[in-house]
Amino acid sequence: MEEAPAQQAHVHAPPEGFLRKYVFSLDHKVIGKQYYALGLLAVCMGMVLSWLMRFHLVWPRTRIPGLELLSKAGAPGGVITPEYYLSLLTMHGTLMVFFVLTNAPFAAFGNYFLPIQIGAEDMAFPRFNMMSFWATLVAFLVLILAFVIPDGPPISGWTSYAPLSAVGKDAGPGMGWGMNLWGISIAIFCIGSLLGALNFIATTLDLRAKGMTLMRMPICTWAWFITSCIALLAFAVLLPACILLILDRTAGTSFFIPSGLVVSDRLQPHSGGSPLLWQHLFWFFGHPEVYIAILPSMGIVSHILINSMRKPLLSARVIIYSMMSIGFLSWMVWGHHMFVSGMNPFSSLLFSFPTLTITIPATMMTLIWLGSLYGANIRISAASLFALGFISMFVSGGVSGFFLAQPSIDIVLHATYFVVGHFHMVMGVASIFGVFAGTYFWFGKMTGRMMNETLGQLHFWLTFVGTYCIFMPFHYLGLVGNVRRYSAFVNDFTGPLMPLHKFITIAALGTGAAQLIFIFNLIYSRYKGAPAPENPWNGTTLEWSIPSPPPWNNFGGKHPVIYHDPYQYNVKGSKGDYIMQDSPEPSAG
Amino acid sequence: MGKLFAVVLVIIALASAYPIATHMYVMPEDISTHGHQIDEQLSDTMAEAGTSFLLAQLVLAFFVWKFAERKDGGKLTNFPGGAKVMVAAAFILVGTEVLALGVFGQRAWANVYFTPPRPDALQIQAQAGQFAFYFRYPGADGKFGALYPDKIDEGNQNYFGLDPANEIESRDDIVSAELAIPVNREIYLMMHAKDVGHSFYVRELRIQQDFVPGLDLSVHFTATKTGRYEIVCTQLCGLGHYNMKAYLNVMAQDDFEKWMKQKASEL
Amino acid sequence: MSSTIYEPVRTPPPALGGSKASSVRVAKVLYGAGEASRSGIWVGIFAITMSFAALTSALFVRQGSAADWTHITLPSILYANTLALLVSSATLEMARRAIAAVATMESRAARRGLGWLLATLALGFVFVAGQYEAWRQLATQGLYLATNPNSSFYYVLTAMHGLHVLAGLAALLFVISRLAAKPAALRPSMFEAAATYWHFMGVLWLYVLFVLRTKL
Repeated sequence: MEEAPAQQAHVHAPPEGFLRKYVFSLDHKVIGKQYYALGLLAVCMGMVLSWLMRFHLVWPRTRIPGLELLSKAGAPGGVITPEYYLSLLTMHGTLMVFFVLTNAPFAAFGNYFLPIQIGAEDMAFPRFNMMSFWATLVAFLVLILAFVIPDGPPISGWTSYAPLSAVGKDAGPGMGWGMNLWGISIAIFCIGSLLGALNFIATTLDLRAKGMTLMRMPICTWAWFITSCIALLAFAVLLPACILLILDRTAGTSFFIPSGLVVSDRLQPHSGGSPLLWQHLFWFFGHPEVYIAILPSMGIVSHILINSMRKPLLSARVIIYSMMSIGFLSWMVWGHHMFVSGMNPFSSLLFSFPTLTITIPATMMTLIWLGSLYGANIRISAASLFALGFISMFVSGGVSGFFLAQPSIDIVLHATYFVVGHFHMVMGVASIFGVFAGTYFWFGKMTGRMMNETLGQLHFWLTFVGTYCIFMPFHYLGLVGNVRRYSAFVNDFTGPLMPLHKFITIAALGTGAAQLIFIFNLIYSRYKGAPAPENPWNGTTLEWSIPSPPPWNNFGGKHPVIYHDPYQYNVKGSKGDYIMQDSPEPSAG
Repeated sequence: MGKLFAVVLVIIALASAYPIATHMYVMPEDISTHGHQIDEQLSDTMAEAGTSFLLAQLVLAFFVWKFAERKDGGKLTNFPGGAKVMVAAAFILVGTEVLALGVFGQRAWANVYFTPPRPDALQIQAQAGQFAFYFRYPGADGKFGALYPDKIDEGNQNYFGLDPANEIESRDDIVSAELAIPVNREIYLMMHAKDVGHSFYVRELRIQQDFVPGLDLSVHFTATKTGRYEIVCTQLCGLGHYNMKAYLNVMAQDDFEKWMKQKASEL
Repeated sequence: MSSTIYEPVRTPPPALGGSKASSVRVAKVLYGAGEASRSGIWVGIFAITMSFAALTSALFVRQGSAADWTHITLPSILYANTLALLVSSATLEMARRAIAAVATMESRAARRGLGWLLATLALGFVFVAGQYEAWRQLATQGLYLATNPNSSFYYVLTAMHGLHVLAGLAALLFVISRLAAKPAALRPSMFEAAATYWHFMGVLWLYVLFVLRTKL
């Protein structure tokens, strides 16, 4: 077993003053919490947007009191216009994919726990780390600025296909400054993510404590590491794409706009560009991005499950290698978003095979999780319930992928609610379940106070049942051909589907309301929760060897030495039912 | 709580499968010559996906029922065969399944995209623009006139930007807001985008294809049943996207010829 | 339950300029990894490479998407700029060797090393000025950002490279100011990172120039 490079000492001055401690902090733990808070704010906004959308779909002429204050043009008299619906849809997707799913499971928990779990005092480049959060925050502010400008937010969806997104304000409301703000926001977000990914990778490679070989890292650390490798390359492609889009919009270039387009009665002064080029660039980023969204939650859930089951997984290595395979394959499949886009139909077949192949590592992981449950003694808690719920959600979201991976079936399911159901189950639910599980598991460590278990379990039940009620029916709608991104359903065949849509809306509003329990629990426990011991869950990894919350330099100036792999549970002859990673007690053979 | 999880999960799994098993939500009747392959593929995939879904959820429920919060102080054991069995199962089961789906599925795809249209297919041009579809027939001379974007004038119903004053070929071109076609005749639909991306989707035809500005795209198909079928736009194109639709009107051959004569006389 | 065994805190690593009795003192404020992270700069280089790969793909696709791909004659000053940038890598290496050999930053050899660094910085500014002049020359030919697809890619590629060069100049300035300070205070890994990055700017420029010559 190779020796980990020994960590060099560095003098780490403690932060002083309010600004340095809580605002412009270089401490990865504070930065992690800042990312979490930003993710929480973004998810609340994104969720409210989804309520407005669902409400409008089933009660299109009902007045939503107060909405006209948010946008006079978009919701006159509190009734949402078709263009405003698309603005809400665009902002919902953008907020959720970028500011929630890239932030919370990855940047928030990863920043907080990766250095601790490898025995480091902080990230490799704390200044870059601080800059990465502030870039992300600036990107967020630029994006939501689109809500308050008179033009309103863009209406081209989070995918911003050209030429709709590229020709400028002729394309419709919100496509002037709203779209510019989107492009600038995402470009800044790319820079923040690149800095963050750089930190994660450098820290994992160089700052592991003595004895912490790569294979002794916890599964969630591996997940963050693999995710950051993907993020580094994916955001490096999205950034130039956004720049080219901004240039087409503002500088008269024609990267994505061909000649002869007549938009709003105006012949557009561009020529020669390729709308498909945008799609290729965007999805080359966009597909790895969705694995950025799910991999950390897979890692967090594995980590929590093992602790809850009191025995290791059947094989942690299979999980790790599967995550690596998924990361690798994720670069080869982007065209499955473009099967009917007009790209060479032969390419569609080429993209289809690696897409179907990704099922193999995904299934391996699911079988390992399921198989590991056999013979365990699962401690039920809010955290473990969400972890178990994740497995269920991941299966549900994953099997719809079988359909969409095949070009011939995609002919009838593309751009329908089937796709929307698929990605919401894997990203909107499964990935978020990982965040919930991580929150209940690690809140005590992060704040020094435990979350309320009863409220947490109640939150789980309502959310588990609620999200199934919302998103499973999306698949049925898709199978009938209900088209997505419609602000109203006026087709001949959608009339009979309205009762199902109403059911979904009510489930969405109810499940949304249930999240208030979580918010309340967060705030209440922060101040009144039971004091958290150092190791409330009897865990083995390094975060459980330090106080709750940890001191500014994690290990009090000392350097842990690692003797075991991370999941020494149920070890024959050990004093308890677990051995901590930094304990010199001999491990299992 | 563990047992409750198992019970709730079983209910959810069965409730989710019920509408599928009872065919509550299915595509409308297929009126195309190629669609049955897509439908079969969908049906096969549903069987495999549905089985995987149910199996996985029920196993999860069962294991949680049995192994959560055990009061019996039982020893912890491992699944017989351990990780090796899981890895093998994933490779073999999933590997064959996806290969099968991929290999057999490509036939349906090839049928739509790799076969060229017949030489005697009826050529029609479709134009998608914010927020309507228009269709153009070449007329008696069998030739389409050229398109001039600067000549587009919706007020005067020159949707395509034709120049009949200076071009003979476009004088007999027939423009229609509905796509009228004869039954059992292959149609070669050329697709032109006027402004931004759109898409052409007819459920009954099992056809969906994007319009891409700047690209000459096309689909070809044969409708086997007369009737009126909805064409909808499925590529987000702006505020009117939800309302962008037209009708495919499949007629008997005689009725189609009458329709064409009628249209030609209105020119 | 945890019976952790800790290692004693290790002594700080030797500062730049030699390890023996030295009037160089280690920089005081040391947030961050210091010597520990050598991989960071390579990770960054990998990301930048990926961005330029994306731009290159965009170029190929754009070329094939319409019949309007033309040809632009590259301003000849580009070759002088290239020479400046490559020579600056050489002067950087001279600086690196001079400084690595000294025991203290007060010596003549060290001041020579600092001189080589200043030469690198100057050549870097010459490069940037020359790139700007090349833009001016293109503009006088009537080739602006949106004139044709070739000119668009010229400006985008050279601007992206140029922005990264400016960042490299900032890093060199930082290194020089820390070395010239009394007492000198620079972690060796910082010097290494700045140097690696600067050499990468040269390599990247050769690639961009190759693309400009063969495709535009």
